[in-house]
Amino acid sequence: MSAVIDDHGHADHAHGPAKGLMRWVLTTNHKDIGTLYLWFAFSMFLLGGTFAMVIRAELFQPGLQIVEPAFFNQMTTMHGLVMVFGAVMPAFVGLANWMIPLMIGAPDMALPRMNNFSFWLLPAAFLILVSTLFTPGGGPNFGWTFYAPLSTTYAPESVTFFIFAIHLMGISSIMGAINVVATILNLRAPGMTLMKMPLFVWTWLITAFLLIAVMPVLAGCVTMMLMDIHFGTSFFSAAGGGDPVLFQHVFWFFGHPEVYIMILPAFGAVSSIIPTFSRKPLFGYTSMVYATASIAFLSFIVWAHHMFVVGIPLVGELFFMYATLLIAVPTGVKVFNWASTMWQGSLTFETPMLFAVAFVILFSIGGFSGLMLAIAPADFQYQDTYFVVAHFHYVLVPGAIFGIFASTYYWLPKWTGHMYDETLGKLHFWLSFVGMNLTFFPMHFVGLAGMPRRIPDYNLQFADFNMVSSIGAFMFGATQIFFLFIVIKTIRGGAPAPAKPWDGAEGLEWSVPSPAPYHTFTTPPEVK
Amino acid sequence: MMRHPHVWMGLLLWSIFSQANAAWTVNMAPGATEISHAVFDLHMTIFWICVVIGVIVFGAMFWSMMVHRRSTGQVAAKFHESTTVEILWTVVPFLILVAMAVPATATLIKMYDTSEPDIDIQITGYQWKWHYKYLGQDVEFFSNLATPAEQIHNKEAKGEHYLLEVDKPLVLPTGAKVRFLVTSADVIHSWWVPAFAVKRDAIPGFVNEAWTRVDKPGLYRGQCAELCGKDHGFMPIVVEVKEKADYEKWLAERKAEAAQLKELTSKEWTLDELKERGDKVYHTTCVACHQAEGQGLPPMFPALKGSKIATGPIKDHLSIVFHGKPGTAMAAFGKQLSEVDIAAVVTYERNAWGNNKGDMVTPKEVLELKQAESK
Repeated sequence: MSAVIDDHGHADHAHGPAKGLMRWVLTTNHKDIGTLYLWFAFSMFLLGGTFAMVIRAELFQPGLQIVEPAFFNQMTTMHGLVMVFGAVMPAFVGLANWMIPLMIGAPDMALPRMNNFSFWLLPAAFLILVSTLFTPGGGPNFGWTFYAPLSTTYAPESVTFFIFAIHLMGISSIMGAINVVATILNLRAPGMTLMKMPLFVWTWLITAFLLIAVMPVLAGCVTMMLMDIHFGTSFFSAAGGGDPVLFQHVFWFFGHPEVYIMILPAFGAVSSIIPTFSRKPLFGYTSMVYATASIAFLSFIVWAHHMFVVGIPLVGELFFMYATLLIAVPTGVKVFNWASTMWQGSLTFETPMLFAVAFVILFSIGGFSGLMLAIAPADFQYQDTYFVVAHFHYVLVPGAIFGIFASTYYWLPKWTGHMYDETLGKLHFWLSFVGMNLTFFPMHFVGLAGMPRRIPDYNLQFADFNMVSSIGAFMFGATQIFFLFIVIKTIRGGAPAPAKPWDGAEGLEWSVPSPAPYHTFTTPPEVK
Repeated sequence: MMRHPHVWMGLLLWSIFSQANAAWTVNMAPGATEISHAVFDLHMTIFWICVVIGVIVFGAMFWSMMVHRRSTGQVAAKFHESTTVEILWTVVPFLILVAMAVPATATLIKMYDTSEPDIDIQITGYQWKWHYKYLGQDVEFFSNLATPAEQIHNKEAKGEHYLLEVDKPLVLPTGAKVRFLVTSADVIHSWWVPAFAVKRDAIPGFVNEAWTRVDKPGLYRGQCAELCGKDHGFMPIVVEVKEKADYEKWLAERKAEAAQLKELTSKEWTLDELKERGDKVYHTTCVACHQAEGQGLPPMFPALKGSKIATGPIKDHLSIVFHGKPGTAMAAFGKQLSEVDIAAVVTYERNAWGNNKGDMVTPKEVLELKQAESK
């Protein structure tokens, strides 16, 4: 991006934050709210990770050792829900809050009070969701995909609380998304045309539209469940003339765009980080924007590839197979562009770059298994096995999560005013990298050998790889406590960060001092 | 109970590459049918396509990472776009995908061709067992997990087919085109036998079709592949494929058994005989929820020991076993169990674990209920 920044006339007489706890409760400042989102996401990441540790501990050996199957199912369900709705999505909203105004030269988000409300709904939603674990009959145990009728007629009583929690999360997400769209479309600095926006802003704009389109579908889905459970309707009950498969269509119409909601912002962040540490402009900016838009469009017409064994007709099966294969094209374009950005650059490997490069390679591996899963006849063998678990963890952990780690290290100097400890950051990267691969790569093998997902116990032939996975998972889990330590250490001290700590970085966010003042761009900068 | 008390990570990783140990299987098996071989070939083709693309792309990236480093004095180039290469790497992957879609489509069309079957078998998923019905043959039975609870709870050594063994396997003849009509009585299950490349969801209210033709006799094992509640991991599938003649013999035996069961219904039973039979029925059918000592797992699965139902009026007790309890996990066993087994299990529940009611239901009474219902 060739933005020339006119930064005279900054308002440095602005008042600071309020004092005490009420600063955080009542804040309408995009930086404070971004911080709240990021801390909330990290705490949910640790909670969801704890659930994962219970799962991996039970699967460490064949036989039932630690938990009973009924509780195991609650753990797999809560792990998925907490990670998707509590960790990944709020972390990206946190990054959006912090960075979008800084990147487009806006003084704040367009709708600051709504911003506050959309954050504070989340702790309430997760308090409700997590509390169900302590109710008689237990929490949600029907998988994060909550297929009816397991989640309706056969659900524990706590399902009503689950539905209410999902509604709150949905309202929060929709408000957050509207805020992002309003900010990007209305508050860009003069001269910041759409095609000059950093890709993180672009990918978030597209993500926000996806959220606005599909979160109401999820809300409709859980509302129909609520009606079936309490008001005698039969949307999803065959006995009453309803249709259990309808549930899956509605769910995945939300669910497939949802997986892009969890990855597109990471695409954007990585598209800033790789050029910075390659000291070379992003290759194919325009095609990146169009590729993102194409992925978003295609995400609406591929949902039934999650349902290849449900018994949809041959023609439907073929349509969804072809459409799904098509997604590989724009996704491939992105990967090729990142690789070309690195090509003949002047590369250095600070922690954000390590995470970003690992992101490209490991996300591509997840993409490859996705391509395999798209082949409908082969999917008959992969569906609902650990191969699928390996696939979506490869796109979510080194994809979404590494994208968030890369972003955090990249912008942490801007947020805190301190440089993080590079040695510790690299150690965090390598431990995460090894732990993550040790956990999820063997899952490809056990899946292909025939191990179904969501089972608390398994045949002896799967034992060795499961033990490897569990060891990797404990390693990955423990490493994230270390990440917490690194972040706290950076907040408390460290080498002072200059306004632009990375010599190859581009963008308005580096034109303000580090740490970013409480109010920035009260007078818009001029982008030429 | 540690299976591998002296695990070393290095050894583990080394073993991945050793083919000696079957437990380190890294790939799908080609399976036992024409379709499963076709699926395996598709799987390997797409896999190798991914490997080639991976080697090229990651190779270029690693080359960059080695050579284009600032520490080697590299100065960054300035290029940042090229419409030609963008078009190239849009079109080439597209063509690869088209090439891949062609054989995939052909295989899928074959998999969907369920016409002209030699045998029709209705498969019904129940929480947590499978029911097989040979349509037009008057043969049907449930297939339950046969692994003892002691193995699951680590009190006994686990067998080779741990969690992949059943009391009564589905039996098929070699060489015949078998059509499966898959449905469910409660939640969604999925019937999966990897060796046949058959996986079909069992959905209440729907009948899904799938088919297979197996040429080699043998035992083929699979598992339920859709989360279906507490014991989802404990409802395996075993298919025994026999030579045609052996299959016919087996079928004749099953028919004779069915006839025998009908005779049992009209027999005069004593309370002790019913209790003895009911003990067995309880421990295959009811124990998963209501537990070995009738204590249940409240509040989801109520206790039977001292319960109002099991110690109350016998008619209500029979009715709940027969019709189930809508809105709960309690299934209607009227169609799942024989008259003898329903009578036996109700009698057992009323006279076990200190529920000493001393009364009994006879198979004839159950048959009367059944007939009254079907009018």
